[in-house]
Amino acid sequence: MNKKLYVARSPRIAARKLGEEMMVMSAQGSTLFTLNPTATILWQAADGATPLDEIVERGICSEFEVKPEDALRDAEALARDLAKHGILLISEEPLAPKSPVQEQPRP
Amino acid sequence: MPELALQVERYTAAIAIGGVTIRVNTTDSNFMELLQKRYSGFVSAESAAEFEFDVELVESTFAEPHSEVSVRHHSGRWFMQRADFRAEWNPTTRTATIQQNANPYSMDAVLRIVHTLVLAKQGGFLLHSASAIRNGKAFLFAGVSGAGKTTISRLAPADATLLTDEISYVRRVGDGYVAFGTPFTGELAKLGENTLAPITALYLLAKGQENRIERVSVSDAGRELLANVLFFAEDPELVHLVFQTACEFVNRVPVYRLTFVPDARVWEMIA
Repeated sequence: MNKKLYVARSPRIAARKLGEEMMVMSAQGSTLFTLNPTATILWQAADGATPLDEIVERGICSEFEVKPEDALRDAEALARDLAKHGILLISEEPLAPKSPVQEQPRP
Repeated sequence: MPELALQVERYTAAIAIGGVTIRVNTTDSNFMELLQKRYSGFVSAESAAEFEFDVELVESTFAEPHSEVSVRHHSGRWFMQRADFRAEWNPTTRTATIQQNANPYSMDAVLRIVHTLVLAKQGGFLLHSASAIRNGKAFLFAGVSGAGKTTISRLAPADATLLTDEISYVRRVGDGYVAFGTPFTGELAKLGENTLAPITALYLLAKGQENRIERVSVSDAGRELLANVLFFAEDPELVHLVFQTACEFVNRVPVYRLTFVPDARVWEMIA
């Protein structure tokens, strides 16, 4: 059985959407990266608590016509690449507690 | 037997750049004379200064020749070092000690670094660009070496006031940004005027076969602006501030690509 992967945004990164592009800057060497649309989805959803397969299912498979297993394999490779650049943190354990589900207001 | 007291003469200059005054103290009158000349127009007689820098002239070498400048933050102090100087700045006590060779360019480097650190916390930055004021409006001309900063500065008409041909001083004021003159010179070797004006546009320079101005998308503008911002410290908090400031800047100030033929007609498009 494949272990679940969790991804979190690195605290050593500054990020902002400029126009349609997500820019991230690493404190290490002040390096600037522009994220492609898939990486942007990954970055925005990387809360450290949601497993990567859930992020892929909700954010990537719903947005692009792609098989879930292919999307997950590509997302894992992308996440590892972003981690190599210090943009994301990756772990087989949750990196943050799951945010409490917001209660819907009662009618 | 009475103690012998040695009175050491102290020479002082208050160097005001971008509205920030740094008093530089030295015991060497010749070096003070060099500084007065180097920062002419930016040396103020006022006694109030935000920062106090003591300079000790030495002949040592602090790092490998041609090595990159190193800027580190440790225990609340900034440590800066290059082959020709070593400096320690404490922002809390607002004092610095500098050991350097007797040339004003080492002082130049220390001042640039300190100003980038001060500006980062004030929503500003130093930019690798020429800048000038025309009709009360400031224009920035950014680009790497060879892009045309010196050329456009040299071509500036008589009614334009040159703020710098090399490094612009940008600070957030209210909803906009203001450019200040700097003594940091490039090939033109001419000090900027010590004045300021609100920034109207940033031009990204490119030499070409015709004069043309095109609006640049906000994402391209951000990328190119960040490529030209001077920043030396590998400090996550400050990198974050500078990054956010650059993004804020391109959201508020129009950025254009200015392709130009190197003659005076280019200034007909800038007013």
